[in-house]
Amino acid sequence: MSALLAVKNLSVAYGGIRAVRELDLEVAQGEMVCLIGANGAGKTSTLKAISGLIASHGGSVHFDGKSITRLQAHEIARKGLALVPEGRGVFPRMSVAENLMMGAYVRTDRMAVSRDLDHVHALLPRLAERQGQMAGLLSGGEQQMLALGRAMMARPRLLLLDEPSMGLAPLMVKAVFDIIRHIAAEGVAVLLIEQNAHLALKTCVRGYVLEHGALTLAGPAGTLAADPAVRQAYLGEGA
Amino acid sequence: MDIFLQQLINGLVLGSVYALVALGYTMVYGIIELINFAHGEVTMMGALVALSVIGALALGMPGLPGVLILAAGLALAIPVCVALGLLIERVAYRPLRNAPRLAPLITAIGVSIVLQNLAMLIWGKQYISFPPVLPQGRYEILGAHITDVQIAILVLTVLIMLGLILMVQRTRLGRAMRATAQSRQVASLMGVDVNRVIASTFAIGSALAAVAGVMVSAYYGLAHYYMGFMLGLKAFSAAVLGGIGNLGGAMLGGLLLGLIESFGAGYIGDLTGGFLGSHYQDVFAFFVLIAVLVFRPSGLLGARGIERA
Repeated sequence: MSALLAVKNLSVAYGGIRAVRELDLEVAQGEMVCLIGANGAGKTSTLKAISGLIASHGGSVHFDGKSITRLQAHEIARKGLALVPEGRGVFPRMSVAENLMMGAYVRTDRMAVSRDLDHVHALLPRLAERQGQMAGLLSGGEQQMLALGRAMMARPRLLLLDEPSMGLAPLMVKAVFDIIRHIAAEGVAVLLIEQNAHLALKTCVRGYVLEHGALTLAGPAGTLAADPAVRQAYLGEGA
Repeated sequence: MDIFLQQLINGLVLGSVYALVALGYTMVYGIIELINFAHGEVTMMGALVALSVIGALALGMPGLPGVLILAAGLALAIPVCVALGLLIERVAYRPLRNAPRLAPLITAIGVSIVLQNLAMLIWGKQYISFPPVLPQGRYEILGAHITDVQIAILVLTVLIMLGLILMVQRTRLGRAMRATAQSRQVASLMGVDVNRVIASTFAIGSALAAVAGVMVSAYYGLAHYYMGFMLGLKAFSAAVLGGIGNLGGAMLGGLLLGLIESFGAGYIGDLTGGFLGSHYQDVFAFFVLIAVLVFRPSGLLGARGIERA
């Protein structure tokens, strides 16, 4: 069986400087995978290239067996791939309810959309309470919840998450990751990018380690978490 | 009393036209932060196309009711302006979407010069007068006069504004426009075809410009190839006055500018003891603009407006 997302030889460059070099990565149907690495290792560039926000320099991206390498971001989104960008990316001058509706922008099945909205409200009661409030006035944690809820409204098959824990208090990080696990349990594949390697490896089944734009390690999360090099570089343990 | 009321009516009518043109500037700025300086010329093209149709029909089919002739003029002017707006966006702005801000500003000025010269080649340099097909009704209220044309402009403007607000706040396209204005990148992640939304914004603005062009030529009874320049400049000022990027601001700014001009023209003679005449009305408009910008650089409703399109 082929992977849901298959990235081969992906390279990304900014004005001659290569941010990602020949990266291979796969995510299977319903799988939770993480990509860890230091700041500036090329994690965000990888996600942006997969989702079509930036053009890749070389290599290919296949989603569900079809090439999405040259598609534009909105075309890729319509295929069932949702990215929650770094810094949440909520629409600050739209209400919470309108942000959620934007998630379902391309969907025409009104009945199912309203069922999904109820589902999101049940899972994230804060969003139901704050329906009419401008998204820009929410706290960072609430904005992250909104971004996740909005992504769910698209009914994606693959969810790409860029640093969902960034800037959140520990309790809120836990709440956000509970929701991510819940989404994954519903059968949505997840590709998670995190600087918090401990949390990422604990949450995911498999992981990749990215250093200076190239993959250095890949394998089951448990194996990576036990790897001495990973423990030293990313899990804060002295040599 | 009657002078005051008369200037109020004149100002509101003139302000309606400014507001419709200002909406075109402000919608485009709201979504891609570009001043489409060719917008005034789109208005001019709308007026001249409509006038050609109206003139031909008035000559060729003299039995036709005036309102029908006018509708036929609008029916051609609107699609012509929409096509023109789409073409300008595609050719002059889209290739420069990620260029420094100054570049599309320069192409905008270039496009407006091209359009002026194109209009001059087609329609010549002379003033073209509005054929006498419109109802000439004139009514008196409390000593002031209001004409059929003025009533039509006011009613039509109110309807268009309400329609536009509903469109932006309630429809799928309106939501996509607001999303695109707030973040093009995130909007595209939602599956919004950003280029199409931007093109739609130009199309809507250009349709409004066509209507405004017909209104202003019906009101003054004249049109010519250079009319878009001053009209565009004033409408742009109105948009800045209200807070550029803000729909309500463009409406408010347009109406205010119309009123300021009208009252300025009405009272400037008395105020200066006859030293300055009513042809100095433009001075008032731009003086107020400068004053507002000094004290409120973001315009009356600017920056904090949440219903930007």
